[in-house]
Amino acid sequence: MRYGETGYFLEIDLSTGNIEKVESDPRWLELYVGGQGSADRILWDRVPPEVEPFSPDNLLIFSAGLFCGTPIPGANRTIVNTFSPQTNLHAHTMMGSYFAPEMKFAGYDKIIIKGKADKLVYIYICDDKVEIRDASHLKGLGTYDTQEVLKKELGHRFQIAAIGPAGENRVFYASIDHSHASAARGAGAVMGDKRVKAIAIKGTKDLYVANPQKAFELGNRLRKEIAENPHVGDWMAVDEDDSFHHDNFAWGNARVRRKGYWTPEIEERFTRIKYDHLDRQTGCFNCPKRCHNVISWPGRKRFSYKCFGKDTYHMAAFQELDFSYDILGVAQNLGLDSYTTPQVIAFALELYEAGILTDNDLPGMPNDIKGRFFYFLDKIVKREGIGDILADGVYWAARKIGKGAEAFDHNTTKKFEQVPIKLGKLNPPYFLMIATGEKMNITQIEGSFPQDPLPTREEREEFVRGWIAAKDERFKKWFLEWEKREMVTIEMACAITEWNEAMHYIDDATGLCGFVSSFRGQFGGRTVYHIHNIPEFITVITGVEFDEEKLWTVYKRNRNLVRALNVRRGMRREDEKPPEDHWAVRNHEYEQILLDCYYEYQGWTKQGIPTVETLKKLDLDFVAEDFLKRGILTGNDEVPNVYEKYKDKYPWGI
Amino acid sequence: MEGQKVKKKIKEIRFDMDKCNGCRCCEIVCSQVHANPKYSSVNPAKSRIRVIIDEFADNYVAIRAGQYTEAECNARNSFTIRGREFGTCEFCPAACPSRDAFKDPESGLPFKCDACEGEDSDIPMCVKECHSGALTYIEREVEVEPHTTDELQVSVATLLKRHGLEKVVDTIAKVAKEL
Ligand code: SF4
Ligand code: SF4
Repeated sequence: MRYGETGYFLEIDLSTGNIEKVESDPRWLELYVGGQGSADRILWDRVPPEVEPFSPDNLLIFSAGLFCGTPIPGANRTIVNTFSPQTNLHAHTMMGSYFAPEMKFAGYDKIIIKGKADKLVYIYICDDKVEIRDASHLKGLGTYDTQEVLKKELGHRFQIAAIGPAGENRVFYASIDHSHASAARGAGAVMGDKRVKAIAIKGTKDLYVANPQKAFELGNRLRKEIAENPHVGDWMAVDEDDSFHHDNFAWGNARVRRKGYWTPEIEERFTRIKYDHLDRQTGCFNCPKRCHNVISWPGRKRFSYKCFGKDTYHMAAFQELDFSYDILGVAQNLGLDSYTTPQVIAFALELYEAGILTDNDLPGMPNDIKGRFFYFLDKIVKREGIGDILADGVYWAARKIGKGAEAFDHNTTKKFEQVPIKLGKLNPPYFLMIATGEKMNITQIEGSFPQDPLPTREEREEFVRGWIAAKDERFKKWFLEWEKREMVTIEMACAITEWNEAMHYIDDATGLCGFVSSFRGQFGGRTVYHIHNIPEFITVITGVEFDEEKLWTVYKRNRNLVRALNVRRGMRREDEKPPEDHWAVRNHEYEQILLDCYYEYQGWTKQGIPTVETLKKLDLDFVAEDFLKRGILTGNDEVPNVYEKYKDKYPWGI
Repeated sequence: MEGQKVKKKIKEIRFDMDKCNGCRCCEIVCSQVHANPKYSSVNPAKSRIRVIIDEFADNYVAIRAGQYTEAECNARNSFTIRGREFGTCEFCPAACPSRDAFKDPESGLPFKCDACEGEDSDIPMCVKECHSGALTYIEREVEVEPHTTDELQVSVATLLKRHGLEKVVDTIAKVAKEL
């Protein structure tokens, strides 16, 4: 008997119609834990680098994290992995709410989709009954509409993940939506390319735990902790002061920082708009928090958002919250990601102002900014005219449009739109996280070490006293002595980057939500889950012995596997750079030394490639062999060998 | 003649749909408590409380498994809540022949909420694990006429009034023979 996991993958080949329930290798639990970890092993084994993202041979994998469906609260993430048409690299995205637990109750840890259907279909799963069904009646329907229609047809116990017209038309930043959750970063486009409109799933099976009594007590205890702890969940769901985003993030096409924008009047106005239209705040499966704000806006579909999701549209359009509320329900129903879409539109509008796009390119475009945003939504979703170019994201659109448009692509890394932040001085750990991160969005990389120091020694001491989550004593010492944001040694920058990333890799294997774990430590330092307690919880649930060291090795293995997938697809050092204007004050010489040091810290070559030694230590011998065979490594490869020399240095010139 | 009043404990689980956040923790713990062996698995389909969630119409309703009934209703009604139509069956707590709600998905045997009898907790576990305050529990003592507690007596009296003694006795004899 398997505990915590079901022990089965559901394999669906859309080209042949073949459906199989396949038992998974039990050793993979110890090697990868689950979720994205084992999904990446499958991508490594089965999708060679020549496979284009829009090839039938690309896989689209839905994974339920190890803890999903078990008594462990706040674990409900469905992690979706594939290769993204936008970056041509590994795609990581995930969503909360109910889908992953339902997969487990239906008896599957993963749904692995291969091939391409010859017409639009949806996948029906009710325990062991799995069918590829015609979806012609769902064609063109929105993500919410599709869920409503299918729930009416199949019953409300079905959990549905659907794409909208954006996904059907393979907009690169199309989302997959389910209940109040959403996943984008390439996966929606691949789902559309495979012509899968939706997956509808219902399960009625038992999901067993290894230690019933302990698991019961643990679940109840942690649920109470999550409910009572103000430092987990999305504090923005309750704190109406959103100066954080409005004063610090860049408006328009990631251009303008409006320090002092946030005033008591704005706060009052925004708060009123919110509560006048707020139906409810909801949480995800097995989580007492309430992070989703559910909004009814006149004439629009009911929608929900989390955190910064409410700001992206109005900040891109230099408007106020009412504009975001007016457009969000429409855009999300169309199945467009609300991080990338506003940036693409703001970019197009800058090109128009600069005369690079003209009235000829934009027939019928309204004169007002709000009308223009809706105009672009429509063009992009339909891939009509300029919309067809913009549907590939800023990087590709800039190159297709030419005439100097490339200069307006100033906020992408690895061809992917970054969070619109433009700051003053270079920040070493952030340089490393943005440059070397492979989850493409900083919110999926940062999170355990605080973003900023606390002003006084007393406050820092108080913070450190209750900082159980701190990975080890070094971090406490560093935090106590830390006074200025950018005053960080190279050793600190490397260790902080690694710890931040590690917790996300662990969450994406266990299915834990970043708001109770990896993302949340940076604000308050009091997460419910951390490196010290997760191993014990794995043991209670699965019966497999885990300790901190073993879990840390899993993180390293999973992290190197993603790097290996991307290296094999051509990613190298030159791709690892934050947007040039991310900081006004840069120090390129120092940055390159920093990058060398981090590569060495991770056991990577000067090109950012894991060495044979690094790979073998992590039982990734098969990756090493492949790299040697392809000539990616020679066997005599070395790490940069500069770390010892520079590790105590602070950034030059700061 | 008035009988002497007796005390009866009424257990009441209240549900406030405005407070529900849709977490389904109530379903999770209920299924753990009733798992065999105890706590060994999670399976909302085996929970004695189910939350009907229609997030697009913003409806959240928790229903607790009630009595098993052998026959289905002969007429149904429907409710429209916030523009969404629901059949009575959706809100019905009975395990009945017409549907699989509140039945063991494997054996088909009916479920009934036992208010966590025998659990080491002063309140039912679904209420305890509902941190939103949507589920609350009240126990009150009421004084009742002793005879009203015997449901069979009430039923027989009704039958006699309606059909007369002779017909009822005949029917009972006939049914007993067929059993
Ligand atoms: S903390 Fe919020 S986002 Fe995370 S699982 Fe709980 S309700 Fe969902
Ligand atoms: S535990 Fe409470 S808040 Fe959660 S679904 Fe059940 S009734 Fe709703």
